[in-house]
Amino acid sequence: MSAGTARSAQRDTLGLVLTVISGLMMITGLYLALVFAPPAMNLQTAVERFTQRVLYFHVGAAWVGFFAFFITFAAGIGYLWRRSFFWDNLANASVEIGLTFMTMVLVTGSIWAKPTWNTWWTWSPRLTISAIGWLMYIGYLMLRSAIDNPARRARFAAVYGIVAFISVPINFMAIRWWRDIHPAVVASSSSEGTGGFDMSPNMTMTLMFCIAAFTVFYGTLLYHRMRLGKTQHEVETLKQEVLYR
Amino acid sequence: MPQNLSSSISSDSVIAHRPPQFSYLRKVGAIAGKDIAAELRTKEMMSAMFVFSLLVIFIFNFAFDLRTDNANTLAPGVLWVAIAFAGMLGLGRSFITERDRGSLEGLLLAPVDRSAIYFGKFLGNVLFISVVEVVILPLFIVFFNQPLDIIVPLSGVVVLGTIGFAGVGTLFSAMVIHTRARDVLLPIMLFPVVVPVLLSAVRLTAGILDKLPFEDVQNWLGLLVAFDLIFLAVSYMMFEYVVEE
Amino acid sequence: MIKVRNLVKAFGTRVVLRNISFDIAPGEFITLLGVNGAGKTTLMSMVATLSKPTAGTIFIGDMDTREHAAYIRRYIGLVSHKTLLYDDLSGEQNLRFYARMYDVQNPSERIEKVLREVGLWGRQKDPVRTYSRGMQQRLAIARAILHNPPILLLDEPDTGLDQGATSMLGELLAAVGTAERTVLMTTHNLERGLSLGQRVLMLSDGKIAVDAPRDEVSVAELSRFYRQ
Repeated sequence: MSAGTARSAQRDTLGLVLTVISGLMMITGLYLALVFAPPAMNLQTAVERFTQRVLYFHVGAAWVGFFAFFITFAAGIGYLWRRSFFWDNLANASVEIGLTFMTMVLVTGSIWAKPTWNTWWTWSPRLTISAIGWLMYIGYLMLRSAIDNPARRARFAAVYGIVAFISVPINFMAIRWWRDIHPAVVASSSSEGTGGFDMSPNMTMTLMFCIAAFTVFYGTLLYHRMRLGKTQHEVETLKQEVLYR
Repeated sequence: MPQNLSSSISSDSVIAHRPPQFSYLRKVGAIAGKDIAAELRTKEMMSAMFVFSLLVIFIFNFAFDLRTDNANTLAPGVLWVAIAFAGMLGLGRSFITERDRGSLEGLLLAPVDRSAIYFGKFLGNVLFISVVEVVILPLFIVFFNQPLDIIVPLSGVVVLGTIGFAGVGTLFSAMVIHTRARDVLLPIMLFPVVVPVLLSAVRLTAGILDKLPFEDVQNWLGLLVAFDLIFLAVSYMMFEYVVEE
Repeated sequence: MIKVRNLVKAFGTRVVLRNISFDIAPGEFITLLGVNGAGKTTLMSMVATLSKPTAGTIFIGDMDTREHAAYIRRYIGLVSHKTLLYDDLSGEQNLRFYARMYDVQNPSERIEKVLREVGLWGRQKDPVRTYSRGMQQRLAIARAILHNPPILLLDEPDTGLDQGATSMLGELLAAVGTAERTVLMTTHNLERGLSLGQRVLMLSDGKIAVDAPRDEVSVAELSRFYRQ
């Protein structure tokens, strides 16, 4: 702990490197998505072809969102096992970032859905599970903020993070048995949904790069958020030491 | 006044206890039993749950202008919203009664595995919700003009749905009593997680009302049973972390 | 009977108990004192196996509370500043429930006996919510001794009682703390604490500030800790 304290007081080289790398990757991703990637050939209107490009961010954000919730699930198990601040900090940081990306998923999805499906919102499985996931982890943050005792907060959050994440695949299966109009983009074998399109190699490359860029971006945000969480924790500890000395 | 208390401390047997045959099950039953005994004395919660579920049915009637020709489309949803909301009332109270006089501490002091407390409270909750359902189901048949013989399969679905709902609900109920804003937090935490229960219960109910062949709805039955088993197991494992200090 | 070794308890970043060690012999009646927030209740709940130490160990008999909690609970009775009772149930129903939780043999006999000893026989069919505060506290004591535990933990048993109820409680507690029963009691009433306890422990700043037989300490000396 003391070594960590000393390090966090110094200049944060790792954070800087991560930030620069993810910045460069995001700019490259933007270029690839907006300029480099060819328009989807089988889409009818210009608007459809143009909004299709939102996919590169939409899929990246969806991946990061669910991955972040998975990290919270794993960190919850880690916390219940080791009972260290690190795991709680990780779980909390990951939910906050995951929610941000999930919000982005819902917004970009709506932007894409309007010209393609002619509606802002439809109760397709993936949309519905994203919305439910979003609500669930809003609940996670509300639960955290409603508990004062830090140990209990960490414990309950771990339990809820675990239960919520386990419910995600079951939720998804249940919702999937409704009619699915969402295009299965990456696993294109069962592309029965409307608004699907064929991916050219350059498009696939762009998509993969954007997913990678978002993942690095997630890692960077996580790093900074956890560093902030650790600083908060240290301040809290110092305050307690002064108050109850 | 108390005179000779020492006489109650028999020197030969310090602790008088029965050999622990079925002791665990007896304790699960004792916990559910005392909840029922307390409720029979006041009947506060049951009557609130019952009136509330009736109100839900009435409000849906006004909101959707229920008629015999659209009853089958809307009735399953109305039934399950009524059960879910009434159940939420009961679940919310479940651990609050343990908190008022610190009796949760009394339960935790008893020489029994924590899971017995979970199963005892779970059993009590299932029974409370079931009693409300026993009254609601005939009324449901009356209001929606359904044949009487659906009551048998419908009861099966209702029991399975209630188990899933109360299984997670009991775990979360034990969590929210330690939070601020506990009344609002329980539905926020619980509803997203039990979406599969509500979905499959509604689908099964619709299947029964529409007299669909069993093959058409067996997916949903499988999903509901799977949910019940998985979340009873998860809640059983997590409960210990919720009640420890 | 109770051995506490290098006990530390922290809630998150807040350290409540800092490295506490002491022994309690079988049959001893100990009074635990300290200002609000000194960690008395925290210590009690750890001895009662309700909460786990952050570091250090508590032994009951020779058993570590962390490893044998479910077994040790049989041997402990707790009277907390809350009653741990169900207001909507009668006194008898409450005791019958706890008798089943503790696997008490011949519950009816035992319940009658305990109820007579705390002076509540005759009111056993009434709901607890109709009891006075003093009666509720006596029922709480009946609940704690129902399974005849060799260790009795009394956490501020005199909270919220009026003068008459308190003196009744004093007699009852003196009767409960027999030679065969080890008692650890917290209280804010220094005089009662000194008259009942054979030995006094004072918690201050998460440490044991005083550990002495009652004859060697005075109320004046102890009240010094409350003024700080």
